[in-house]
Amino acid sequence: MLFKEVIYLMQKDFLLEWRQKYAFNGMLLYVSSTVFVCYLSFGLRSNALQVPVWNALFWIILLFTSVNAIAKSFMQENRGRLLYFYSIVSPQGIILAKILYNACLMLVLALICFVFYAFVLGNPVEDIPMFLLSILLGAIGFATSLTMISGIASKAANSSTLMAVLSFPVIVPMLLMLIKMSKNAMDGLERAASLDELLTLLAINMIVVTVSYILFPYLWRS
Amino acid sequence: MKKNWWKILTVLLLVFTVAVGMLSDVPRLAILNETIRNLYFHVPMWFGMILILLVSVVYSIKYLRKPSIKNDIIAHEAAKVGILFGVLGIVTGMEWAKFTWGEYWSNDPKQNGAAIGLLIYFAYLVLRSSFAEQQQRARISAVYNIFAFAALIPLLFILPRLTDSLHPGNGGNPGFNAYDLDSSLRLVFYPAVLGWTLLGVWIINVKSRLELLRQRIYENV
Repeated sequence: MLFKEVIYLMQKDFLLEWRQKYAFNGMLLYVSSTVFVCYLSFGLRSNALQVPVWNALFWIILLFTSVNAIAKSFMQENRGRLLYFYSIVSPQGIILAKILYNACLMLVLALICFVFYAFVLGNPVEDIPMFLLSILLGAIGFATSLTMISGIASKAANSSTLMAVLSFPVIVPMLLMLIKMSKNAMDGLERAASLDELLTLLAINMIVVTVSYILFPYLWRS
Repeated sequence: MKKNWWKILTVLLLVFTVAVGMLSDVPRLAILNETIRNLYFHVPMWFGMILILLVSVVYSIKYLRKPSIKNDIIAHEAAKVGILFGVLGIVTGMEWAKFTWGEYWSNDPKQNGAAIGLLIYFAYLVLRSSFAEQQQRARISAVYNIFAFAALIPLLFILPRLTDSLHPGNGGNPGFNAYDLDSSLRLVFYPAVLGWTLLGVWIINVKSRLELLRQRIYENV
């Protein structure tokens, strides 16, 4: 029953996205212009950025992209539609569907961002599959924690400021792990070296999803 | 008077901590020297902060199960006292770090984790102030409080253990158990933890009673 609801709600989100192409195209432009601004403001030819700087810049761009992309997930729904959902589906279904949908959206955005970023600023990554794995975990992690935060922020008055204030501290542990893991991948270290980070990231994701699953019904009621 | 025995205990414990902590003999250790006395002030702040934030989360959970204005007020006041303890912990820690590590802020994972933890709770206060309607404010900030606490746990207890740190107890550095083989430090340390935590509880108690009274006055006006 819950599974069916999640599938239906995700279909609805994808369909809306496909019809409006509002969030996706906007975010695409956001990513590409940010990357281009970075390129211009560093004023370099490719491959001139140091590895840690390249890595940190990449994750910061992704962080801001995801905050902006996911902030919309509850704010763009109008009141009538929310009331309608309230009467027909369970809150757990809604939060799971939103998390899954945002994870897919973030994954696509992150991959496009990586390709464009590597194209413009050079690609020092040595172990590409491992780096892609860290992008996958990052997309899922950002989606899980930011979806709940956007639900909280959408209830408040000045939600866009609040989104940043609430989400950054919560996401920092995840971001640190991701930066470390992708740094290992960039240096081409043994894969076993990143195992600790990988497991911690999975554990943090599990905690966040569980807590969102339990808490969302209380948020949804108002 | 019977119900107030723990307040007397608090005062006695804190007087004991300050007096004995400043005057008693401490182990002579290189680098640490006399700053080891900070153990009675810096470390209990963090113990107290974690316990008091736990109280805040427990009252937030209680609020979600059974909404009452009292639960919300206690959760709020406990979060504020937790922040106070956190700030004091950071200040005493920085002072200590200046003497032992040579710098107030040496980009240590423990220090960064503590700063981020404080940011989370400042965000909680900002979130609270952005609602006008009381019930909505109480419910949504309770949700954020629980969510933030769940995010704080890996930050404070898991991440520092994975990275190298100057702080005792992390990254191959011995914890404080290695230093005080003679139990004279423990004799003051445990009462200090208890005393500072009880002081925090006392502050919460007074402030939440004051806040409840204030709410009642507003209702009657």
